[in-house]
Amino acid sequence: MRIFGYKPTASAWIGIAIVGIFVFAAIFAPWIAPYGEADSVSDTWSPASADFWLGTDNIGRDLLSRVIYGARTTIGVALVTTILSFALGTTMGLLAAVSSKAVDQALSRIVDVMLSIPLLVFALMILSMFGSSLGTLVLTIAVLDSTRVFRLARSVAINIVVLDYVEVARLRGERLPWIIRREILPNAMPPMISEFGLRFCFNFLFVAGLSFLGLGIQPPLADWGGMVRDNARAIGFGLPAPIWPALAIALMTIGVNLIVDWILSINARPSGASAEM
Amino acid sequence: MAEAVLKLTDLRIESIHGVVLVDNISLELKRGEVLGLIGESGAGKSTIGLGSMVYARAGCRITGGKVEIDGESVRDLSADGRRDLRGKRIAYIAQSAAASFNPAYRIIDQVCEMPVKHGLMSKAEARAWAVELFKALDLPDPEKFGNRYPHQASGGQLQRAMTAMAMSCRPDILVFDEPTTALDVTTQIEVLALIKKLIHNYNTAALYITHDLAVVAQVADRIMVLRHGKMVELGDTKQILLAPKTDYARALVSERKAADKLSVEAEAAHGEPLLNVQNVIGQYEHFIAVKNVSISVAKGETVAVVGESGSGKSSLARLIVGLLPRRSGSVRFGGKELPPALKQRSKDELRRIQFIYQQPDIALNPRQTIGEVIGRPIAFYFNHPAAEVKQRVAQLLTQVGLPEDYAKRLTTALSGGQKQRVCIARALAAEPDLIICDEPTSALDQLVAEDILKLVKKLQDELGVAYLFITHDLGIVRRIAHRTAVMLRGEMVDQGPTPKIFSPPFHPYTERLLSSVPEMRTEWLDEILTQRARKAV
Repeated sequence: MRIFGYKPTASAWIGIAIVGIFVFAAIFAPWIAPYGEADSVSDTWSPASADFWLGTDNIGRDLLSRVIYGARTTIGVALVTTILSFALGTTMGLLAAVSSKAVDQALSRIVDVMLSIPLLVFALMILSMFGSSLGTLVLTIAVLDSTRVFRLARSVAINIVVLDYVEVARLRGERLPWIIRREILPNAMPPMISEFGLRFCFNFLFVAGLSFLGLGIQPPLADWGGMVRDNARAIGFGLPAPIWPALAIALMTIGVNLIVDWILSINARPSGASAEM
Repeated sequence: MAEAVLKLTDLRIESIHGVVLVDNISLELKRGEVLGLIGESGAGKSTIGLGSMVYARAGCRITGGKVEIDGESVRDLSADGRRDLRGKRIAYIAQSAAASFNPAYRIIDQVCEMPVKHGLMSKAEARAWAVELFKALDLPDPEKFGNRYPHQASGGQLQRAMTAMAMSCRPDILVFDEPTTALDVTTQIEVLALIKKLIHNYNTAALYITHDLAVVAQVADRIMVLRHGKMVELGDTKQILLAPKTDYARALVSERKAADKLSVEAEAAHGEPLLNVQNVIGQYEHFIAVKNVSISVAKGETVAVVGESGSGKSSLARLIVGLLPRRSGSVRFGGKELPPALKQRSKDELRRIQFIYQQPDIALNPRQTIGEVIGRPIAFYFNHPAAEVKQRVAQLLTQVGLPEDYAKRLTTALSGGQKQRVCIARALAAEPDLIICDEPTSALDQLVAEDILKLVKKLQDELGVAYLFITHDLGIVRRIAHRTAVMLRGEMVDQGPTPKIFSPPFHPYTERLLSSVPEMRTEWLDEILTQRARKAV
């Protein structure tokens, strides 16, 4: 089978399978989850059984159902965040690359200032000031993450802007948005696409991390980071409850990374190795 | 000395996709002999050059044949054995010397590296030998020249330093891959003369790869004509130049000869003035690139601007279109003053001047179809509906000699010459009065370039468009320009009708430029050098 005209490698197939399963679970959560997202159905931390395949959590909710619903929120929030961050970062990055030196300098220095503050500290500050509603959370991470996207988009575009076909468009009298959209963006896409996968991973981990600290997605919504936190104390009793959401986080990250590796290898594939050196 | 020092037998090189790049080439090279390899790009010249060191570029494989150096079969050696041979017995000199030096090290360190690494000389010996080579290659201040970094030397000097680097191990065989192609004509002469002297003095065998017959005529004893990886003809230099046996070699020779002839129809067709540039000064941040230049172009006229690289001819073009801000002077177009900056110009002012670039590869967006590329100016300037744009695109494609159904193809699916035709069609789509051509043929092969020039000329006859033609190639100027302007270091040193510029009395710089263009005679280089030496005395 081929995807976009390229044959996935074995590891890429593993990644596609993992991500596919989680995305499927996220989309069809209400139909496949055996119990409701917030329903307390049994005792605290009851062990795995035929009724509760992964056991129950700290207030007796079915862990399997929570993991399935958690895919929805965690992946959903990370995806929306990454899309927003790319929309913002790419637009600004390309704008900086084609605009005058002053605009470029202004944008780049603002980004530098933001990059100089540790991401987590910055996020904690904003979220504790404005409260962690889903909207604030998504917006905060998106804006912070877009600074990294900006860097890449600008450096990719700077190499395209100097090419003659961009100059042709300028000489023709084309406006800036047209030049960005039609001449530069299509040629900047390949590296941006693989970066999208990587940034998705980071954002996904970041959302989980914030939830673990209690500033991310708020209960009763299920999310993997928050689930690890809720069940963290179970470790003390030798119970496996926090393992499952943690495993989901790890698997999802690995899965996306495997796919990204494959996409990167297509982009950077040499025309062939030298046989006789 | 009948024994061949380098012997290739049925050398075959294929790409990893199975395309045959070099098809059973055999050649022998004796000590002190120079064999010229000539052909267009894609003929397999460089691949043979590298193949003679049993080196294949990424994506290529040597699949058959024998390579012998002094009777020793190189393909049978281990990778280490081959590495030991390279540099020591056979050395390679690339086209772009600037790209072959590491900018972070001094030149002397890079020249001395090889003999020391190969264990042939001590550091001090290598240094002394390098200085001797610098002296032989006429580099300024040979004792101290090596202390410079690559960016502190000019292109011609670097090319000579690279030759010194190749000579550092006193190899038996040198492979020159277009060593003068990137140089200006006036510099090319010096480098050619020195290469010739060096080969002669040290009795080295050499493969000389080039696309220019006139250049190879000066240095080679024998010439091999190549096409599509196959040998077309092999013979003595004189025989190839004067009496080529095959049709392809004949075509190459006659095209090159045509370049030397003065066109008859290039008479001043001075009509109504279209572009009038008066005393402009153009400046990059701290560097004045165009100094007080005036030039005019009439309707339907071709004006050529010639000069070496760095003479400011491209800057002048950029100043006219508004990419380089002018500090003073005026640019009038169609009787109206043009604002200095691009942004201040109206859509119609922009439409009437179009630009054609040197490298069609980067002048076309690789993610657009040819229909989009040519259609955009039509839609942009004239607001035609989609159906009409499509029709006009088809018409333009036919006009530049491409099939109509190319409109659906991506620009990357074309050859260099075809791409340049698309660029011309794009310029024509705006229905301009003036097209500025910035070296439009210098990135193309000789025969392809010839076709493009014919097309450019034909379009002028049909549409009456005027050209400002920027080039360093005097052969082109002679054939297509009604008037010619010569630039040197940002100034215009000579200007007038082409026949007048190209006949005595010459301006001294024009004469120097003219006499530096290699001619298709084997004695040319020696003659010109003695002539110059006499003048200098």
